[in-house]
Amino acid sequence: MNEPSPAPSILPLELDGVCFEAGGTRLIKDISWRFEADRRTVVIGPNGAGKSLFLRLCHGLIKPSRGSVRWHGVEAAAPDESPANAGAWAARHQAMVFQRPVMLRRSVTANVDYALKLHHIPRAKRAETIERVLHETGLKRLAHLPARVLSIGEQQKLALARAWALKPQVLFLDEPTASLDPSATHGVEEIIEAIHNQGTRIIMTTHDLGQARRMADEVLFINRGRILESAPAKQFFEAPQNDLAQAFVRGELLWWNKGQDNRKHQPGDPTEGKPE
Amino acid sequence: MTDFTDALGAAAALVFGLDASLTEIVMLSLRVSLSAVAIAALIGLPTGALLALYRFRGRFFLVVSMNALMGLPPVVVGLIVYLLLSRAGPFGVFGLLFTPAAMIIAQVLLVTPIIAALTRQVIEDLWIEYEEQMRSLGAGPSRAMPALLWDGRFTLITAILAGFGRASAEVGAVMIVGGNIDHVTRVMTTSIALEVSKGNLALALGLGIILLVLSAGINGAAYIIQHRTKRWHA
Ligand SMILES: Nc1ncnc2c1ncn2[C@@H]1O[C@H](COP(=O)(O)OP(=O)(O)OP(=O)(O)O)[C@@H](O)[C@H]1O
Ligand SMILES: [Mg+2]
Repeated sequence: MNEPSPAPSILPLELDGVCFEAGGTRLIKDISWRFEADRRTVVIGPNGAGKSLFLRLCHGLIKPSRGSVRWHGVEAAAPDESPANAGAWAARHQAMVFQRPVMLRRSVTANVDYALKLHHIPRAKRAETIERVLHETGLKRLAHLPARVLSIGEQQKLALARAWALKPQVLFLDEPTASLDPSATHGVEEIIEAIHNQGTRIIMTTHDLGQARRMADEVLFINRGRILESAPAKQFFEAPQNDLAQAFVRGELLWWNKGQDNRKHQPGDPTEGKPE
Repeated sequence: MTDFTDALGAAAALVFGLDASLTEIVMLSLRVSLSAVAIAALIGLPTGALLALYRFRGRFFLVVSMNALMGLPPVVVGLIVYLLLSRAGPFGVFGLLFTPAAMIIAQVLLVTPIIAALTRQVIEDLWIEYEEQMRSLGAGPSRAMPALLWDGRFTLITAILAGFGRASAEVGAVMIVGGNIDHVTRVMTTSIALEVSKGNLALALGLGIILLVLSAGINGAAYIIQHRTKRWHA
């Protein structure tokens, strides 16, 4: 799959009535959405809204309790499912960068190398790819360091480099710049931009509204496990329709969204929930 | 007191003069314990990893019996192996009792639970941390296992060294299943016990010194590994 000759597209990604329950609580509620090719989607929403769960469901790391996830019409499979499974082909063309970077206890180079190995890229071709992505992400001078001594910002770049090396058709990013300083944030945004420009579909979450404005072609606003608003970015930021989305964009605290069915109820929060 | 200094001098002479019987005993000890630890690692590492990564029927039983075995005194393990290998026992036909092989078997039983239990802990913790990333890259537990063992390598080496420490220092099991036969199954710990009872303190002390150096060496190695590799684990 790492050939420049494009594999058949795995898009569109369709979610149909997707629900996810855990511990008796419905955390994702009846989400239907269709991700078309060639754009960047930014998912925003308050803490605990279900953004990370939403990305995991799309990527196949968790299975919906109800509803279906389809890639190009084929029922999705978990990325670690056997290649014999019909949905597995789509999983091999996706990658994900997690909210907290996960670094193997090896060198920077070996971290990228391992990912390529898992994708069955022959050894001879790996070195060149590693060289390229480390160069593009500015990590070349750190190549021989243990990955876990890198700063969080550098680790996040390495996570991007590792994902990039796989040349995914779709890249999921869960708050890729959380806890990064402005210059590191800028660096990461440039890398994501470069990955996108090489034809990778970006689906990311962020809490940084400025970043959402800079990076989004399309915005999904999620609150309490539901998509409350979805719109082209320009339209969303200029005239959000949903009142919660309006408040969110204006930077008002969404404290009143912590309603009756919220398990993570904070002491002192008003208990009356906003009707949905 | 002079007894002690005399014995110390004689012991030093034996050690530095590479006394033949002493060398023979040391070599047999190392052979038995190193073989036992190698086999225990071959069994214990994958067993620990399996217990960490899979939920299956009988897992609970395995974990409990592993922990029980870990706390067993060597003499009891020796007794069990003795019963199994004795003429009347189920494996009596192999005629292994009072051979180095019997001692290796007993020590494997002593060391495997330690290595397996520590491995399970290490791999379980690593998997909690790595799971989503690994699965995202296409590796479920079975494909990730070699990487997990490799990334846990420094802690696992310490576990193996701990196993070697237990094997080389125990006397109960090898005494019972080996019988402490001169030139055949006499190892450091059993001959220390014997020489002391015979009043031959020089040889006992010489062996004691070697055991001490060995265990200090193991602990030193474990310390250096932990220390030098902290940054990989950070
Ligand atoms: N396995 C689980 N069992 C029970 N509850 C869960 C589980 N996973 C997530 N949750 C809950 O689901 C809700 C949504 O979680 P999620 O991580 O998707 O939020 P998020 O929108 O990504 O928030 P943040 O912005 O803080 O990252 C949270 O309230 C969380 O506590
Ligand atoms: Mg999240």
